[in-house]
Amino acid sequence: MITVFERPKALTAVKTHYCPGCTHGIIHRLVAEVIDELGVQEETIGVSPVGCAVLAYNYFDVDMQEAAHGRAPAVATGIKRVHPDKVVFTYQGDGDLASIGTAEIVHAAARSEKITTIFVNNATYGMTGGQMAPTTLVGQVSTTSPRGRDSAIQGYPIRVSEMLATIEGAVYIARVSVHNPQEVAKAKKAIKTAFELQIAGRGFTLVEILSTCPTNWGYSPKDALKWLVDNMIPIYPLGVKKTLEEGKS
Amino acid sequence: MAKVLMKGNEALGEAAIRAGCRYFFGYPITPQNEIPQYLAKRLPEVGGVFLQAESEIAAINMVYGAAGSGARVMTSSSSPGISLKQEGITYIAGAELPCVIVNMQRGGPGLGSIQPAQSDYFQAVKGGGHGDYKLLVLAPATIQEMVDMMGKAFDLADEYRNPVMILGDGILGQMMEGVEFPAEETALTLAEKPWATTGAKGRKPNLINSLFLDPVELEQHNHHLQRKYDRMAKEVLWENYRTDDAEVVLVGYGSSARIAKAAVDLARAHGIKAGLFRPITLFPFPKAALQEACKQANHVLTVEMSMGQLVEDVRYNLEFKVPVHFYGRSGGMVPTTRAVLEEIIRWAHSGEEDKA
Amino acid sequence: MLKVEFDEDRCKGCELCTDACPKNIVIMAEHFNAMGFHPATVVEQEKCISCGFCARMCPDVVITVRKEEKK
Repeated sequence: MITVFERPKALTAVKTHYCPGCTHGIIHRLVAEVIDELGVQEETIGVSPVGCAVLAYNYFDVDMQEAAHGRAPAVATGIKRVHPDKVVFTYQGDGDLASIGTAEIVHAAARSEKITTIFVNNATYGMTGGQMAPTTLVGQVSTTSPRGRDSAIQGYPIRVSEMLATIEGAVYIARVSVHNPQEVAKAKKAIKTAFELQIAGRGFTLVEILSTCPTNWGYSPKDALKWLVDNMIPIYPLGVKKTLEEGKS
Repeated sequence: MAKVLMKGNEALGEAAIRAGCRYFFGYPITPQNEIPQYLAKRLPEVGGVFLQAESEIAAINMVYGAAGSGARVMTSSSSPGISLKQEGITYIAGAELPCVIVNMQRGGPGLGSIQPAQSDYFQAVKGGGHGDYKLLVLAPATIQEMVDMMGKAFDLADEYRNPVMILGDGILGQMMEGVEFPAEETALTLAEKPWATTGAKGRKPNLINSLFLDPVELEQHNHHLQRKYDRMAKEVLWENYRTDDAEVVLVGYGSSARIAKAAVDLARAHGIKAGLFRPITLFPFPKAALQEACKQANHVLTVEMSMGQLVEDVRYNLEFKVPVHFYGRSGGMVPTTRAVLEEIIRWAHSGEEDKA
Repeated sequence: MLKVEFDEDRCKGCELCTDACPKNIVIMAEHFNAMGFHPATVVEQEKCISCGFCARMCPDVVITVRKEEKK
C-alpha cells in the first residue's frame, strides 16, 4: 500500500476553527501542498491579517506574521524587502483585501512586490458575522444589507482580479474555485504557478479563490457550493486574467 | 570626525545609517521630507532599502513586517502622518517589535500647519493608539543630540523589543547646525533576534503576533508589557540648567527648552534666580530629577509649543506640591525669549511666594 | 491498511466528500464523533479506486488515501 493522499507537511495537525464545510480548509491545504511540492517550507514566511483566516498562523507550519486588517500586502512588502530570498505570501479575505486593504494590494501589485497573495473571496465578512463586503453580490442578503444589496445605495461588487490584471507589476492573476475535485486541481495549479513565478523573481502574483461561507450564507455546505456556482461564478468568471507567457492557461 | 554643517532632517537620516538602520519606509509630509529624500539617496549606497509607501498606514505596516523579520528599520513622519500610523504602532508595541519612529511635529489639529509645534506630546507619551502600551520617547533639542539619540534609539528598541519615538519638531528638522557623527560604520554588534521570521530552518516556526483571543493570556501579556515599561525607568535622561538655587524653574523639551534657556539667562541678568529643567526622555519621565530640580522652586513654568500638555505631567510628577504654570504658543507660532522672560518676571514677583 | 481512512474526530460532518466520490461509497456514519458530528466513512473499501477526490474536497484533512502497490 502506498499513500497517495495525506496531510501536507506545511500544514499543522491542529484542527481548524473554521465552520463545517468552509472551503478555507481546502484552500489552506492547497497552499501547504504547493509549499511541500516546491520544497520551500523552511523558506516561507506567511502573513495572515484579520479575518476568519487570521488564525492561519496556527495552521501553516511556517514562520508567520499576523497583520492588521487590510495591511498584509504592506507587512509582506516589509518582510520580502528584508528577506528577498524567502518565499512570502499573504492569505487574505475579501473584506480584508477588497475593502480596507485596496490601497495596499493595488500598490503591492504596482510595485510588483515579489510576493504571492492568496485572495479568498466568499462575498461576505465571515469572522464578524456576515456583513456586506465589496464583493457581496447585488441582491445578496447580509447582516448589513438585510433587504439584499441594493446597487442604488451600495453600488456593485468589485472584480479584483480583473482590476489588478490591468497593473503592469502584476505578472500572474488568476481566479479559481474549489467547488469540485476538478476545480480544486485547477486551483492548486494556479497557486503553484503563482509561487513558482515569485520564486523565479518575476513579480507580483495573486490567485483569487471563490469560497463558501455556509454559516453566514445560511446554506448547508453542499448547497453553499451550489449557490457559489450558480451565483458567484457568473459575476466572477474563472480563468487566468494576467500571465507573462501568452496563451498559458 | 570633523564637524559638518547639516540640516536636522538630513543629519537624522545619516545618523540612522551610522546606527545600522538599513530599511526605511515612509511617505511625504512637510516638515520632515528631507529624511526620506536623504535616505532615498543614502540607503542604496549602503545596500539598504528605501521605499516610499502609498500611505503612512502602509509605511508603518511595512515597518512591522521588516522589524518582525529582524531588521533595523525606521519610519519618519509629521503629526498628521503619525496619527495615521497609530494603529500600526500599537500592533508593533503589542507584538513587541523594535523600530524607530521619528515625528517632526507640526501645527495641529487637523491639517493644521507646516510650522513647528509640540502638540503631539500626549499622543506620543500617553499612546495615540488603542490599548495599554508605551513608546520610549526621546526628545532631542539640538541636531547633535538628534544624531546621538538615533544610535541610542535603535539600541533601546532592540534591548526592549519596543518601538522608540524620536519626538522632534519642524525647527529641529529644518534648521542647520554643526554636527559630528560617530565614526563611519563603527562595528555594530547588532542584537541576535531568534524570534524573527527568517524562514523556519532548523527550528520551530516563529510567530509575530499581537492577537490573544484568550483574555487570560492577553492579561498576562499586558502585565508582561507593563513590567517591561517599568524596566525602562533606568533610561531616564534630563538636563539641569542653573536649577541649583532656582526659585522659578522652567520646564521644556526640544526647541522650547532652547528658548527657555535663553530666557533663564536674561532673568538671571535681571537678578531673578531662574533655571531650566529639560527632560530628554519623555517616557520614562524623569520624575525624581524633576522633583530634585524644583525642591526650592516657588514657581514652575512649562514652556511649550502647544496649548498645554507637558504642564499636566509636570504638575502630576511634582505631585502638586508647587504651583506649576504654563506658557505656550500654538499653531506653529514659536515663543519668543522676551515673552518667556516676562512670564518669569510675572511669577517671580507674584505674591504667591509662600507655598500653598 | 485501509485504502481510504477517516480520522473521524477531525470530521465536522460537512458531507462535501460524499458528493465528490465517483463511486458513491462515502457515507455519513450513524454514530457521533467526539465533536458530536456524524463523521464521514467508507464501508465498501473494496470499491474504492484511490482517486482521492473525497480527500481533495475535505476542508479538515480527515482523509488519508492509499493505493495497492502494483507488483
